[in-house]
Amino acid sequence: MTKKAFRPDVDAPEYKGAYVPYDIIKEGAIAVLVVLILTAALALVFSSPDEKAITIKTWSNADTVDFAQTAGDELTGTSAVAGYGAPYNNNGTAQHWGFLAPEHWVGVHIPINTTNDFVINPLSDQPAQPRLTAALNEWKSASSATQSAWGAAYAKVEAKLTYSNGQVHLPTTAAGPIPVLLSYETQMARSGALDQALIAQNGFYTTNYTKPLLFISDGTYFAGLASKQHLAGDQWGMMNETGQYPGQAWLWLYTFWYQISPYNTSASGDFLVWGTMMILTALLVLLPFIPGLRSVPRRLKIYRIIWREHYARQA
Amino acid sequence: MSNAQIERQWTSRLRHRVVEKLPPEKLLPDTQPAYVASWIYVFGVTTMAALGIVILTGTILALDGPQWWHSSSLGHFINSMHLWSVEIFFFAMVVHLWGKFSMAAWRGGRSMTWVTGGVTFLASILAGFTGYVSQTNFDSQWISTQAKDGINATGGGAFFNVLNLGQMLMWHIVLLPLAAVVLTGLHVIMVRVKGVVPPFEETTEVSA
Amino acid sequence: MAQGWGLGALFNLDHYGHYIQWHVIQISVANLVVIILMVATFIAALFAPFPGRRNRKGSK
Ligand code: HEM
Repeated sequence: MTKKAFRPDVDAPEYKGAYVPYDIIKEGAIAVLVVLILTAALALVFSSPDEKAITIKTWSNADTVDFAQTAGDELTGTSAVAGYGAPYNNNGTAQHWGFLAPEHWVGVHIPINTTNDFVINPLSDQPAQPRLTAALNEWKSASSATQSAWGAAYAKVEAKLTYSNGQVHLPTTAAGPIPVLLSYETQMARSGALDQALIAQNGFYTTNYTKPLLFISDGTYFAGLASKQHLAGDQWGMMNETGQYPGQAWLWLYTFWYQISPYNTSASGDFLVWGTMMILTALLVLLPFIPGLRSVPRRLKIYRIIWREHYARQA
Repeated sequence: MSNAQIERQWTSRLRHRVVEKLPPEKLLPDTQPAYVASWIYVFGVTTMAALGIVILTGTILALDGPQWWHSSSLGHFINSMHLWSVEIFFFAMVVHLWGKFSMAAWRGGRSMTWVTGGVTFLASILAGFTGYVSQTNFDSQWISTQAKDGINATGGGAFFNVLNLGQMLMWHIVLLPLAAVVLTGLHVIMVRVKGVVPPFEETTEVSA
Repeated sequence: MAQGWGLGALFNLDHYGHYIQWHVIQISVANLVVIILMVATFIAALFAPFPGRRNRKGSK
C-alpha cells in the first residue's frame, strides 16, 4: 500500500504534544449562566416588538377606498392573487428558469378563486337583503362574457371609486351589479364580518389564515404600512424588524439578491434568488470537499493568531 | 447462553461499537491538547447554551399558548427573552462558524462535523423563520405574505404553506427544534469522537 | 404594552427605525450594530489572551 500524499487542507497532522486540564462541563455551565443573564438583561432593557396584526376590519376602516378597490379586483379577477398561478390557481405563468418550472410542475394545491372565495361566497352567507340578493342573482346568472364586460367597465373607472354613506360609488352605469356588491362587501368588511366569514370557510376550528392574508396582501394599505417600517422586499426588508429592533440579519445574502438585476427585474426573480441561494448554500455546507475554496483558511492565516501559543512553543 | 452467543447479540455488538468509538473519557474528556487555548473555542459551547435558553423560553411560552404573550406582561417578557436568546444563538453560531472556517476544522476526517454544522445552521434559519411567522402580529402577517412568493417559486409552497398558522406553529415548536437538537447532538458527538482539530503544520525549520 | 409587572422596556425601541443607505446597501442601525458587534467579538476572541495557559511547555 502506498502512502497517500499529505493534503494540508484535507488531512490533519498527528498531534504528539501535551494535554492540559480543561473542564468542559464547567465551561458549559458558565456559558449557560452568561447567556441566561445576558438574555434576561436584553429582554428587560429592550423588550420585544409586537405590532398589532391588522384585520380586514381595521384596513377597511382606515382606507375604505383601497379596500373597496381591492375587493373590486378580487371580484373581477384582476388582483395579484387572482392572477397568481400555482399553487393557488391556473391564471398565471409560473416562475421558471429555462425548462425548470417547479411551481408549474406542482400545480394547484391551495385552490383560491378570488371572485367566489373573497366576495361572492361571503356575501351569499349574509342574511338576505333584497338589494344584495338581487345583485348576487344578477352576478351569478350572468355569462362569463357579461361578467368580463362589467369587469372591464369597472376597471376603467376604478381609480375614481368613492365611498360615502355606506355606499361605493362608481361613475359608470356599465358595471352591472359590481357597485352594489362592493357596497355590501365594504359594509361587511367595516363591521368585521368579512374577517369572520373568510376564516369560517374552513369550519368552526381553524388555524389557517391563507385566505384573509392573501386578501389583505392584495391591497396597498398593508404594503404602505410595511414600507414605513422598511420591511418591503426592495428595502432589504427580510432582514428588518418592526421598530428599532435587530431582525433576521442572517438573511442578508438572501435579501441582497432582491436589490440587484436581474433578480429584481425578472418575473421569475424569486426562483432565480432561490436557485442562487441553493447553490451558494451547497458551497458552504460542502466546503471541505471543494478544492480551492477549502484552501482559503490556510492562505488567510487567521489560524496563526488562534494557535499563536502553540507555534511559539514549537519555535 | 454461552459467552460466545452473548457476544454475538446485536445489543452487545452495538455496545462494543459505541464504547470503542466513544469511550467515556472521550465523551467527557478532562484534558484537551495544549493548542486548545483561544477564546474562539468557547463559541460552540455558547451556541449550545443559547440553544438551551431558546428552548427553555420557548417551552415556557408553550405552556400558556399563543395568546399569552400579547396580553400578559409576564408572557411578553418571556417572549422578549425568547427573541433575544435567538439573537444571541445566531450571533454565537456565526462567530463559531468564522472560527471553525479560520481553523479549517474539517481536516483530519472531520468533514462531516462541518457538514452537520452547516445543516444545523440551515435548520436554525428555518426554525427562526417559522418563529417569525408564528408571532401572530403585524410582522408575521407581513413576513408570511412576502415569503410565500419565494417558497411558491420552488414548488414547495404547495406543501409548506407559510400562510397556514397551524402548520407553521407545528414546524416551529415541534419539527424544527427536534431537528436542531438532534443535529446539534450529532455534531457535538462527532467533535468528541474525533477530538479537536490539530493546528496546521508550519513546515519551517523544525520538522519532528 | 407590557406594564404593571415592571417588565416593560427600559428603552422603548417601538419607534420607526433608523436606516443607513449606501448605494444599493440599506441596513437598519440595529442590524448594523449587531453585525459590528459580531465582527468585534470575533476579533476580540482571536486576540484576547486565553487564561491559564502561560508558560506551559509543549514538549512532554
Ligand atoms: C446549533 C449550532 C451549532 C452548535 C450548537 C455547535 C456546537 C459545537 C461545539 C460545542 C463544538 C465543539 C467546541 C468548539 O470547538 O467550539 C463544535 C465544533 C465544531 N463546529 Fe459547531 N456548532 C454549531 C454550528 C456549526 C456550524 C454552522 C458550523 C460550520 C458550518 C460548525 C462547524 C464546526 C466544526 C468544523 C467543529 C469541529 C471543531 C474542531 O474539531 O476543532 N458548527 N460545534
